[in-house]
Amino acid sequence: MRTFSTKKLQFTVIFLLIMIVATGAIALATGSASLPISRILPALAGDGTYKEQFILFDLRLPRLIITFLAGMALAMSGAVLQGVTRNDLADPGIIGINSGAGAAVAVFFLFFPLEAGSFIYTLPLVACVGGLLTAGLIFLFAYKRGQGFQPVKIVLSGVGFAAALSGVMVVLLSGADSRKVDFISKWIAGSIWGTDWPFIWALLPWIIILFPFIWLKAHRIDLLGLGEPTAVGIGVSVTRERAALLIAAVALASAAVSVTGGIAFIGLIAPHIAKSIVGPRAHSYLPVSILFGGWMLLVADTIGRNVALPDGIPAGTVAALIGAPYFVYLLMRK
Amino acid sequence: MNKRETLNKIESKRRFPFAFKLIAAMCICVAAFLFSIVFGAANTGVHDVWDALFSDDPSKAALIIKELRLPRETAALLVGAALAVSGAIMQGMTKNPLADPGLFGLTAGSNAALAIVAALIPTANYFHIMIACFVGAGIGALLVFGISSLKRGGFTSFRIVLAGAAVSAFLFAVAEGVGLYYKVSKNVSAWTAGGLIGTTWTQINVIMPFILIGIVVAIGMSRQLTILSMDEGIATGLGQRTGLIKVILFIIIVLLSGTAVALAGNLAFVGLMIPHMVRPFAGSDYRQIIPLCIFIGGAFMLVADTLGRTIHAPFETPIASLIAIIGLPFFLFIVRKGGRAFL
Repeated sequence: MRTFSTKKLQFTVIFLLIMIVATGAIALATGSASLPISRILPALAGDGTYKEQFILFDLRLPRLIITFLAGMALAMSGAVLQGVTRNDLADPGIIGINSGAGAAVAVFFLFFPLEAGSFIYTLPLVACVGGLLTAGLIFLFAYKRGQGFQPVKIVLSGVGFAAALSGVMVVLLSGADSRKVDFISKWIAGSIWGTDWPFIWALLPWIIILFPFIWLKAHRIDLLGLGEPTAVGIGVSVTRERAALLIAAVALASAAVSVTGGIAFIGLIAPHIAKSIVGPRAHSYLPVSILFGGWMLLVADTIGRNVALPDGIPAGTVAALIGAPYFVYLLMRK
Repeated sequence: MNKRETLNKIESKRRFPFAFKLIAAMCICVAAFLFSIVFGAANTGVHDVWDALFSDDPSKAALIIKELRLPRETAALLVGAALAVSGAIMQGMTKNPLADPGLFGLTAGSNAALAIVAALIPTANYFHIMIACFVGAGIGALLVFGISSLKRGGFTSFRIVLAGAAVSAFLFAVAEGVGLYYKVSKNVSAWTAGGLIGTTWTQINVIMPFILIGIVVAIGMSRQLTILSMDEGIATGLGQRTGLIKVILFIIIVLLSGTAVALAGNLAFVGLMIPHMVRPFAGSDYRQIIPLCIFIGGAFMLVADTLGRTIHAPFETPIASLIAIIGLPFFLFIVRKGGRAFL
């Protein structure tokens, strides 16, 4: 049994890697400027024309990497949230992190003086703070002394926050001028906003630090999933582990959302599909779900970029259009 | 237990006679209406109000009242009543303390329909927009209710809220996508966030009949709703045609929420809050809850709109944000109590 599942895991991971490379190649080759698929390898090796180099290294490659990293981070965050809250419907987007980040961006963009140079770097920071702040408030409301975090209340409070903040946001937008509204509503819809190398360097540290951290705690996630009494009985210090993992998950999601804009459902779906393929052990489903999440967001962005030219549809919108029906399917199955 | 005994049991909970509560609610509503008409960015006094209502040759202040404030406050009254009643019906039908048109996908559905209409028929008039809002609200509600009723035994209130959140996310994504693709997102957001700014008598004349019909039918159905809200088995046992009743109630919900969105844009939490405010006085009898909701809901919207107009005069503080800020703590409170405030 063990060997079988290991094999299945290996097979799944290899399959996903192949799909990611294939999708990546398509993503690099498609877009409004032409770059034939046969020229990608030469251009990557530094053998392309100036124009090819420019398209590849300044436009498409950074976007591809950002999309993939953000997808992975969101999937990881969702997997941890689902495991720790013992709620298979938790998702960083649905529980209000996106709306918090979105509201912060809207306020910042509309009411603070913008400086062209620093603006692109402060915006993700602001989004990250907004997301963390909202998540903090949500956890605060879901916390009960003596009982720890209440998973159901986390989700419900998140839905409430999301509704209230989107109300506030709509209002902020209504007063602004048309170009600003376009920018913000694209941001909220998850248009993969930061598509340049600095954003990769901004997102990467979070992933490099938090992925191994969570990976080391993967066993704890399994134990927490058994329920509080069991986990305590085995000797897990539930409150502390839970808090540490939740903070890690929220930080990952906020970092991802801050460069991509509001993207929901990836963090929900990827862990589900991973679990249904390789089973409920965190050590097996975590790698599969992050690869799957990265791949999904890549697909969503490639679709979004190439339909409805010239502006395209934000990746987050595509993800929601694909993700919401799946979510509904999950609700009905259980 | 027959029908009369069931209802008598509920009635025995009353501490004050119902007429007394109703008159109190009406007084609150009338007071709120006068308050909202007298106060505003322009200085007007009570005699101007009198002038506006009854004089043939009104002064400038009276004209402001007649052409700007009166239609707007009438709209606030209607929207508040419509949202509160539809929230109350939804809570009764789904036995879910968290039911609200904004949280259950109706608002998002209306938005998606609005975006589509704005994109495809740029010349749409007010009536078209209202129809679009109905259709959208209907689709949103059908998705949420449909999903929850497909499941045997229905959903727990927790899952139905999640279904609402997911359907809303989906429909908002549709609205967003359409808006960005056809470059009408500014128009759509101006509409959905507009609150009651610039409401005219023409709009009210189009919309008022629908809201009044919805409310009257809701009052007529309140007896059936009360029984339905207790137990569907009892309702069937008492000879109710539960299927038919549910369909009628569903249509009322869609009618009221759709018109509210058409008139005032997205207003989450009103439909959630008002019935909960009314319940401590009305108990669980919807024959009392619904009439009280009409007046308290109207009064609430009137006060909220007046605050929005005056806090930061002469600028408008949009009503949607005010209500979101008031509504969120309320929502969290209900979540925290685990719905025990319900019934």
